[in-house]
Amino acid sequence: MIFRFLVNGSPAEVDVPGMRRLLDVLREDLGLTGTKEGCGEGECGACSVILDGQVVDACLVPICQVDGRIVRTVEGLALAARERGSLDALQESFLERGAAQCGICTPGMLMAARAYLDAGGSPEEGAIREAIAGNLCRCTGYTKIVEAIASVAHTD
Amino acid sequence: MPSRTVTPATEAGAPSALVVAPGEVAPGRAAGYPLRREGPAKLTGEARYTDDLVFPGAWYGTTIRSTEARARLLAIEPDPEVDWSSVVIATAADIPGDNVVASIKDDQPVLVPVGGEIRHHAEAVALLAAPDRETLRRLKGRIRLVTEPLPPVFDPEASDHVFAEYRIATGDDAALEAAFAAADLVLEGEYRVGHTEQLYIENQAMIAVPGEAGGIVIHGSMQCPYYVHRALRRALKLDSVEARVIQEETGGGFGGKEDYPSILALHAALLALKCRRPVRMIYDRHEDIAATTKRHPAVVRHRTGVTRDGVLVAQDIEIVMDGGAYCTPTPVVLSRGALHSGGPYRCPNVRVRARATRTNTPPNGAFRGFGAPQTEFGAETHLNRLAERLALSPAEIRRRNAYQVGDATPTGQVLRESVAALEVLKVAVEASGFEAGRAETRRRATERLGSGTIPAGPLRTGVARTAGGIGLALGWHGAGFTGSGEVHLASVAAVELADDGRIRVLTAQTEMGQGTKTIFPLMVAAELGVPADWVEYAAQDTAEVPDSGPTVASRTAMVVGGLCIQAARRLRAEVEARHDGRPFAEVFRADAAEHGSTRIEERFEPYAGVEFDDATYRGDAYPAFGWAAAVASVDVDLDTGEVTVHDVVAVDDVGRVIHPILCEGQVEGGTLQAVGYATIEEIKLQDGRYLNDRLATYLIPTALDAPRIHTHLVEAPFSGSPHGAKGVGELPMDVGAPAVVAAIHDAIGVWITELPATPERILAALQGGPGSATGVRGAAA
Repeated sequence: MIFRFLVNGSPAEVDVPGMRRLLDVLREDLGLTGTKEGCGEGECGACSVILDGQVVDACLVPICQVDGRIVRTVEGLALAARERGSLDALQESFLERGAAQCGICTPGMLMAARAYLDAGGSPEEGAIREAIAGNLCRCTGYTKIVEAIASVAHTD
Repeated sequence: MPSRTVTPATEAGAPSALVVAPGEVAPGRAAGYPLRREGPAKLTGEARYTDDLVFPGAWYGTTIRSTEARARLLAIEPDPEVDWSSVVIATAADIPGDNVVASIKDDQPVLVPVGGEIRHHAEAVALLAAPDRETLRRLKGRIRLVTEPLPPVFDPEASDHVFAEYRIATGDDAALEAAFAAADLVLEGEYRVGHTEQLYIENQAMIAVPGEAGGIVIHGSMQCPYYVHRALRRALKLDSVEARVIQEETGGGFGGKEDYPSILALHAALLALKCRRPVRMIYDRHEDIAATTKRHPAVVRHRTGVTRDGVLVAQDIEIVMDGGAYCTPTPVVLSRGALHSGGPYRCPNVRVRARATRTNTPPNGAFRGFGAPQTEFGAETHLNRLAERLALSPAEIRRRNAYQVGDATPTGQVLRESVAALEVLKVAVEASGFEAGRAETRRRATERLGSGTIPAGPLRTGVARTAGGIGLALGWHGAGFTGSGEVHLASVAAVELADDGRIRVLTAQTEMGQGTKTIFPLMVAAELGVPADWVEYAAQDTAEVPDSGPTVASRTAMVVGGLCIQAARRLRAEVEARHDGRPFAEVFRADAAEHGSTRIEERFEPYAGVEFDDATYRGDAYPAFGWAAAVASVDVDLDTGEVTVHDVVAVDDVGRVIHPILCEGQVEGGTLQAVGYATIEEIKLQDGRYLNDRLATYLIPTALDAPRIHTHLVEAPFSGSPHGAKGVGELPMDVGAPAVVAAIHDAIGVWITELPATPERILAALQGGPGSATGVRGAAA
């Protein structure tokens, strides 16, 4: 079946079975490997993307549910920023504060944080922790991730 | 928000600090330090992890595993009804070299041969590769294993196969018993810890690509490219050029990618050689948890004698670790565990008896701390119980016993320098308000008592549904490899001025999040007097970099970093000598153009005066130790037994801080892993099989479970390394769990002696059940 949707502002069209995971469409059919697979069952959040403004686990979303909708991935953050010649404010904050270590959770973490900020999220620590509670990180202890998001929430 | 301080060294004679000093935040830098070098690629999704790599025409590989804990393999029978012509099956018969995964002992086969013994339920027996995943899935279940069951062993104390056994003693048994007889108080205790999973978020991943001349190229997620290289050479009968190993971006390791990648690379390579095309072997989470190594479970028994004043006079410690089905690095894990088992305290009479045995579970292996978190949980909890019995503050009993310069460890190692136990203790106690916190616990407990208890439990009241508590632990962690390990490794690192003027650092030290790619150029640039971004860090590719040893044991910054600094110093001297002593930064480009490349290799030389006898376990077990303290604050829900760890003050002496932000990141991450170890992480087993082998059932802390972590870095440099660094990765893992358990005791008055402190164990402990201790089993002499 053919499915059409927007990825990071560009139209995408794939001819795949309707139950193919959005994660596989992104990584294998569209070559957008920034979105990672950590568990394949919606527990770790490494595959978090933004679907019509909501954070979803791309491993749990069949492509048939994406038809006609808007998907944003980590590559979209980078694209928007590259037009300005730099990382976006959230990526910059993660970089300066040491919020990315091994980096495998980072794309999903950034998307969860982006959705939180876009929805008007505050710099309040508890609210930030709640917003990223579906994204597991094994390296950082979350300390610097929370700090990085809070610093952008102040200015975003 | 968490606080940050760096306490300068207080010792005299410290080596000079790095040239780059903390300062104002400048563009492109974090607090005066270079930003994580591969950070932008990780933040934009451009970083390529193994599963992100595309190899046209690659097949997919999978593993046919045993489903029995122990059995004789009689036959491997592919279903005769199936057309197998479009896929490839590999078995032990396809292994060109020795059927062993090269490690300490050669006991683990790459694949169990027909007629051989299956030793754990997830053991690899055959491999299957197919052009697509669907075919792979369809055919995987059509290969039947014919087996004859054998009786498995699951209790490490009942196993008669000993992987390793050590005895550390300050004197003979009679002297020890005399010391116990003279002690004012003797306390016994038993502590237990179970299997835990490293849970790197990137699963194990390996892609094997057949080389043009018959060799193999491995692209994978790993900590130790040369371990994989050695395993390939041995089992596939390849020379050091035919086997080539390239580490790709690696999404966490924590020890879990120390030894396991060797067997996975061999599996991928066997399939790739047989089907003559690239083969991808990317585990899913379920397989990763079910089949890969775990932290060694341990039973640690203490018998400790003290004076009335709380001064240690005798320690008798017995350790049994469960090695699982194959040896892997178990002897070294046990060794580190035994060497750290008394805790960071002077004691004139010590006996440690440690053994690790074989059981029929998947092999246990490296996990951050490498044996020390297991035994230091026992040591610290036991000392806290002694303090309680003597009515001493946990801080005070540590002040009276903690190592100072000049003290000797149980192996007879005299601690000549860089001993910061009292300093980290002081910072932790002050920064956390530890004594005030304890007083607050007592005040709240009194308040609860006055409010009328509910009959169901001794602590639950009509007004208080939770009890708060604060707990302390102190720890130490030997820097670098144990004993003569570094001498045997004889690591080589290089710094090169290439003929085109590029400056390159060449080591096999992998980046898996800790910051290797950032700190090595930083250290070398400081020596050469050039900006850090002028120095390149060569790829971890065995065709390119020398064997500087594995990326384990918190050794990267200290040992290999030291080699890089020494190489850089020699490079600088050599180049400047050719240019009348003019600064390297001014002349290196001209030098490269005139003289071509200059490559300086530095080989590890034993630290001066550091000697260890592996046979007697006497001498300097480590060139230096890192020191750590943690103070945890918890709330215990009195109805459910659930523990919330809300704050941890983590104080770590790392020798010399090379990059404060990256260093803090190590402390924060290690502290949270320790909190997980203390509260929720536990593999459950049934007949040798892991029951909770999914992320839905093996839980690790989320951002909501994580405490606020307040990091304080202390610097007591080690004079043997040119930059004073002692390593940081494992240190925080040693102290978090006993601090949390002490805080739980402070809150509810029971000692949890078996990790993790789950709600079930806490509720049972409140009823006086197993896995806990309320009274004191020892007797006053």
